Amino acid sequence: MSTTSTPAENGATNGATQRAGQGQAASPARPRPELPPAGQTPVSQRPHGGVGDRFRLWWDALARPAQWGVGVPFILLVALLPILNIPVLTTVGTNFGAVMAQFGMYALLAIGLNVVVGQAGLLDLGYVGFYAIGAYTLAIMTSPDSPWNVTQPEGWLSDDWAWLAILPVAVAITAMSGLVLGSPTLRLRGDYLAIVTLGFGEIVRLLADNLDEVTGGGQGLKSVAYPRLGVTEELPNGVFSAGNVGTTLSSGVWWFWLSLVFIIISLLLVGNLERSRVGRAWVAIREDEDAAEIMGVPTFKFKLWAFVIGASIGGVSGAIYAGQVQFVIPTNFNIINSVLFLCAVVLGGQGNKLGVILGAFIIVYLPNFFLGRTSLFGIPIDGNEIANYRYLFFGVALMVLMVFRPQGLIPVRQKLLTYGRELYVAARRALARVHDGAPPAAYATSAAASGPAGGGAGRTPATGTRPDGATDHDETTDGGTR
Amino acid sequence: MLVHGVLAADPLIGFDLAALGRNFWALTVDGLTYGAVYALVAVGYTLVYGVLRLINFAHSEIFMLGMFGQYATLLALGFYPSGDAFDKGVLLTVVYLGIAMIGGMVVAGGAAVGLERVAYRPLRKRGAPSLVFLITAIGASFVIQEFVHFVLPALTGGELGGVNAEQPIRLVEPEVQFTLFGANVTNVTLIIVLSALILALATDMFINRTKFGRGIRAVAQDPVTATLMGVSRERIIMLTFLIGGILAGAAALLYTLRVPNGIIYSGGFILGIKAFSAAVLGGIGNLRGALLGGLLLGVMENYGQVLFGTEWRDVVAFVLLIVVLMFRPTGILGESLGRARA
Repeated sequence: MSTTSTPAENGATNGATQRAGQGQAASPARPRPELPPAGQTPVSQRPHGGVGDRFRLWWDALARPAQWGVGVPFILLVALLPILNIPVLTTVGTNFGAVMAQFGMYALLAIGLNVVVGQAGLLDLGYVGFYAIGAYTLAIMTSPDSPWNVTQPEGWLSDDWAWLAILPVAVAITAMSGLVLGSPTLRLRGDYLAIVTLGFGEIVRLLADNLDEVTGGGQGLKSVAYPRLGVTEELPNGVFSAGNVGTTLSSGVWWFWLSLVFIIISLLLVGNLERSRVGRAWVAIREDEDAAEIMGVPTFKFKLWAFVIGASIGGVSGAIYAGQVQFVIPTNFNIINSVLFLCAVVLGGQGNKLGVILGAFIIVYLPNFFLGRTSLFGIPIDGNEIANYRYLFFGVALMVLMVFRPQGLIPVRQKLLTYGRELYVAARRALARVHDGAPPAAYATSAAASGPAGGGAGRTPATGTRPDGATDHDETTDGGTR
Repeated sequence: MLVHGVLAADPLIGFDLAALGRNFWALTVDGLTYGAVYALVAVGYTLVYGVLRLINFAHSEIFMLGMFGQYATLLALGFYPSGDAFDKGVLLTVVYLGIAMIGGMVVAGGAAVGLERVAYRPLRKRGAPSLVFLITAIGASFVIQEFVHFVLPALTGGELGGVNAEQPIRLVEPEVQFTLFGANVTNVTLIIVLSALILALATDMFINRTKFGRGIRAVAQDPVTATLMGVSRERIIMLTFLIGGILAGAAALLYTLRVPNGIIYSGGFILGIKAFSAAVLGGIGNLRGALLGGLLLGVMENYGQVLFGTEWRDVVAFVLLIVVLMFRPTGILGESLGRARA
């Protein structure tokens, strides 16, 4: 990726734009990756009417401290949800804390998968493989059933801190597996990648099932380590132990809190990446890989990055899972889980970090909500039956969603690109005010016409071409404001 | 179950080359029966991919519906699940199998066309990106599976569908007919391989020799020009799904002959993935590639399971896919349905 723009490069941009436009006109029938419709009108033309838009405007207008001032209480509220026991919200058939713990894990998975699918645009149908590798790494290294157990009494690692000590190992190994899977396969085209990753997810499960000596085969591994904290007379194994049930602060709540910490860490991490050069490269790859390659984005490298980062977040989630249930068996890592994770990402709105968390919540919470319920708002229902039908509902929901709202419930607002455009518009307005009398109206399309120099930052790395002919100048984002 | 007794002794991953050498021909023959089924299902994937550039993820469920279709046909013909095979004589058995196969074809073909109508056509009208198609296909796959899982038993009064596999209806008792290079060839193997061969030849002729086939190839090659030349793209797409569904229905009957206990709502999934692997192996979008890839995958899988142990069967298939794609990303025969000679 070059950091200086030359006239030759600018020429290449325009040429690529034109060619992309012609290709589009020549074969309208063949489906091509396109932006969701929401992003097609320039931001300054779009009425800021929707709830999401208004929220976004309001949020962006807040100062950093004010954002923290709103965000922290909100996170605290979410964290306290399982304790508050709100009658409508809580689950009847299962422990609400356990449901929230599962939600935490799924949210992590959704964030990780979102990096791969939503941001880099790589369809990964074997994401459950990384989840399994994270869980199994932890289990193999801490379960007394496994030959490679490093915890006491056989090993050297204290039981109390084993979970936390092995967690980085699990993440490292998962990241490595992402590298191993990614390096041969990421050179493949999108469709092939989907099926190869699907095969990978199945291979991981079959390995876990068949390598009996190490993984315990179909029996799985028992007595996996967990953080041994808060040991009291009543809870000899600490608050994180699976034995801590029946209390308000059950183990599920503690695990939910722990996963919240990891969710926040990974949100910060992924958010920062998103706003960095890496994130811009991902957007460019997602929108048009060939154009990105031509513009000098090392696509393979950044795709591999997305894969590895996504994998490691999945590994964290797997490690949390193994610690929470304290035992792992291969059947919990079926391919259908992969599809469910993808469901969460697509449902919430791929590319949007908060959207996919909502998607994860829906996927986990809805079936559990109905479980054991005999009436809803006074109407008698058979909740267990409804919970059984969840895959049917998810399938129908996916199909309906894809027809009417393919961008998901909370779609990504092409934030980076929009931000750059808004900045540009604001700059033009300010200029117009200075020069007094110049027309204030300036849209992103005119920015495209005037070339990258109009953006002012003098960099062309992640300039993507779009089917509607507009050129996105997200390089304005690093024009000194951040 | 000729060769399944041979297991590797090594506890982790065995490598029993001697067993492979001993049973080479038996494994090849048995592998061909699986391969024939993969090949027929793979044609459905490859045709749809060639015409629409879409991985029809729900095709495995079409195959599964085909299994239920032929089973229901057999029930309607008065057969019932029993331990022993019905002895109707060669001619009548073939006739009954033919009727059951047609039943499977009708159900699977109808389902495939219905799927195209309900799920894919609205998306095509909106010009959705390919990821949206794929996710819809996944959704459709869920819906069909859960339909057979929960709704079908309610509709049929528990006769069909549900959590458990159907009790097998046996029309043919596997009997050794003759030996080929020391490998026993049973009547089941003969039926499967011969029927698949006939169907494959018929499909190849249909695609390469008939007017409709020319239309399919034209749309695969260049949809716009094909439309300008008077080819109805929508009709061709429907025809493509229909052919894929019909072949999946036929494959469903053949598969249940080899694996009588496989009729279950989740029974199509892995087979579908493998059939897709077979299509990719041969070069997706390429009809003959799909047939070759299917046979190759079936045979290699059988070799692999004797080399490494039965439990590694699926792993062998997926590793083979990854390795082939690494060295030949467009499959063995290369992609493209359209480029096949006119």
